[in-house]
Amino acid sequence: MAAPCVFWGAAVSYRLFLGGRVSLALRQGVWKAAAAELQVGTGEKILRLRHTTGVTAKKNVAALRRETYTVDFIKKQIEEFNIGKRHLANMMGEDPETFTQEDIDRAIAYLFPSGLFEKQARPIMKHPEQIFPKQRAIQWGEDGRPFHFLFYTGKQSYYSLMHEAYGKLLDVEKRQNQLQAKGLFSEKTKTKDLIGSRWLIKEELEEMLVEKLSDQDYAQFIRLLERLLTVECSAEEEEFVQRFRRSVTVQSRKQLIEPLQYDGQGMAFSTSEGKRKSAKAEAIVYEHGSGRIKVNGIDYLLYFPVTQDREQLMFPFHFLDRLGKHDVTCTVSGGGRSSQAGAIRLAMAKALCSFVTEEEVEWMRQAGLLTADPRVRERKKPGQEGARRKFTWKKR
Amino acid sequence: MLTRTSRLVPGARRLDPGRLLHTGSQAPQSLAAHLDNPAPDDSPRAVSRTSEKDPVKTFSEACLMVRKPALELLHYLKNTNFAHPAVRYVLYGEKGTGKTLSLCHVIHFCAKQDWLILHVPDAHLWVKSCRGLLPSTYNKQRLDQPAEASIWLKNFKTTNERFLSQIKVQEKYVWNKRESTEKGSPLGEVVEQGITRVKNATDAVGVVLRELKGQSSLGGFRLLVAVDGVNALWGKTTLKREDKSLVAPEELALVHNLRKMVKNDWHGGTIVLTLSQTGSLFKPRKAYLPQELLGKEGFDALDPFIPILVSNYSPKEFESCIQYYLENSWLQHEKAHTEEGKKELLFLSNANPGQLERLCAHL
Repeated sequence: MAAPCVFWGAAVSYRLFLGGRVSLALRQGVWKAAAAELQVGTGEKILRLRHTTGVTAKKNVAALRRETYTVDFIKKQIEEFNIGKRHLANMMGEDPETFTQEDIDRAIAYLFPSGLFEKQARPIMKHPEQIFPKQRAIQWGEDGRPFHFLFYTGKQSYYSLMHEAYGKLLDVEKRQNQLQAKGLFSEKTKTKDLIGSRWLIKEELEEMLVEKLSDQDYAQFIRLLERLLTVECSAEEEEFVQRFRRSVTVQSRKQLIEPLQYDGQGMAFSTSEGKRKSAKAEAIVYEHGSGRIKVNGIDYLLYFPVTQDREQLMFPFHFLDRLGKHDVTCTVSGGGRSSQAGAIRLAMAKALCSFVTEEEVEWMRQAGLLTADPRVRERKKPGQEGARRKFTWKKR
Repeated sequence: MLTRTSRLVPGARRLDPGRLLHTGSQAPQSLAAHLDNPAPDDSPRAVSRTSEKDPVKTFSEACLMVRKPALELLHYLKNTNFAHPAVRYVLYGEKGTGKTLSLCHVIHFCAKQDWLILHVPDAHLWVKSCRGLLPSTYNKQRLDQPAEASIWLKNFKTTNERFLSQIKVQEKYVWNKRESTEKGSPLGEVVEQGITRVKNATDAVGVVLRELKGQSSLGGFRLLVAVDGVNALWGKTTLKREDKSLVAPEELALVHNLRKMVKNDWHGGTIVLTLSQTGSLFKPRKAYLPQELLGKEGFDALDPFIPILVSNYSPKEFESCIQYYLENSWLQHEKAHTEEGKKELLFLSNANPGQLERLCAHL
């Protein structure tokens, strides 16, 4: 029974190779061939069947792991993308040279209208860099020796970055010592413009280095950079540090301030709308008044018999300390009593923005008076009794 | 507000400035209980069967805020000509604005003036949730309500002790085979009869009403008919007979007699009525106008009348109410003393007395 034994031995050796990290297409082909050979063999069927199932199962698992995109593949994709972009520009009748990514998005949305709710499921056409995840090229040469000197640390890019940063720090300190020795050291405190920018977060750093980091690694790195900032450094060091800072969006998102309108008697008033769940409200706030509020023509005390709703209406005025100073007329429809109260509150707060200073508008925004509540009723799922509630679990 | 009172009403009433009568939302029953004793210095709290939420017990005094509508009414009352048929005044207004308490104020005033008071604390109680409905002994088609009638008779007795011995019955009334009231016997006997023989209570009430109506014209006393929630008399009922058929208000003997009382075909007194949406049946919450609450029938029956609107507090009244609460340490919240706190309360209650009271109960 030599033949089956040989085959069995061959299968074992192939299984050993499966443990290797690098899965080349070549090897896959070899496996396929091996599987075919095993299937063809006669006699001792049971043994052979076991081998085939074992090998095929393992091959599938290997294939499901991260697909490596070769550099050539990515290059090809980029070329195809550019050509496709020009074609698209031609189709839309625009100039191919000045066709930006926003134009591409608009064109795709126009040509392939999709009714899907999930934005990420809709058709997109973006640069391959953004679609294919960044992968590391093979880190060692043909002889098996790694290119980078820190390869065997496991996190070569991270440690090389730390090394670089520390090197810069040492340079700066050396320069300072030299200046001090010469006596030309002057205490110049440069106020660096740290406001308006933030450090990279861990995920962003990982993405930049294409390496997994731990929290401690990240903290260490940020500490080193901050230390670099405390000492005086030249322009190139500044530039090095700025690479790791991202600008933060302007703090006060510009709230749209409604212009004031003037009615017949010369009284200033301002209108705006608000929404909450399925209630829509429109409020007209008059500048001078005595604190009367009319909802759909009915006094607010009668329209909202519950104190909680009236407290909601009180909130914007109470916050700005203008309780008895404005008159309000509003119309509201839809929703229930609580959501109508919330909608009116939002509308009133927005309308009040036009009577109030910028600073107070910022305070209102921070208090949450100017943000529409995004909470909506969650859908009921099949197999459950409600949106979250499951059916009663019976043990048997 | 108090100083204003004393200036407008100099000597006549001797209402001590410190006394403000203020009651909780279960006003009608309890109020009937304390105003039973019209004498000023007495402390009705001992007698009253007040509910626990009643500020009367907590404050150990009964206080009433004097407000414009009540003053207006009192002014009219003082200038009435008793030779003319009785004038009807109807207090109406939004929910919680103080109609019932204004009525109580008027009753108090008249009690001080020694009028005979016919006070129905809440007519709505007569048209809903009655347990024992019996066919009337007097008139087969009508229905009796022994329980309510006896309660009312007891109240009436305590209210008008003095008059019960004075007024004499004009006819002979036979209650059943064994009992009857002779002509010329005091009214007190009729009342006693009604209280002891609960079965005849409704008829006793009817008798009392008829006698008083007849005799007030003679001028021996002044009669004040005060009914709270008068729209109940012309609305629908929730009472059913044994065969589950609905009872119309006319078929209730009490209601029938009271309707006759409220008609202005007698003189020598006045009729003060209050509309109330709170206990009314089948009426929308926002209805407060006489037209809406009384319905066509009621409106025609009560026409002509003098309507008096009771509205929310004016800023001064609001201030004085808050001051009263603060003096009695009712408001425990730190912010209640401050201006902002008062503004908040004003906004939340919109100067509605009922709402304000409910809010302050939490503080």
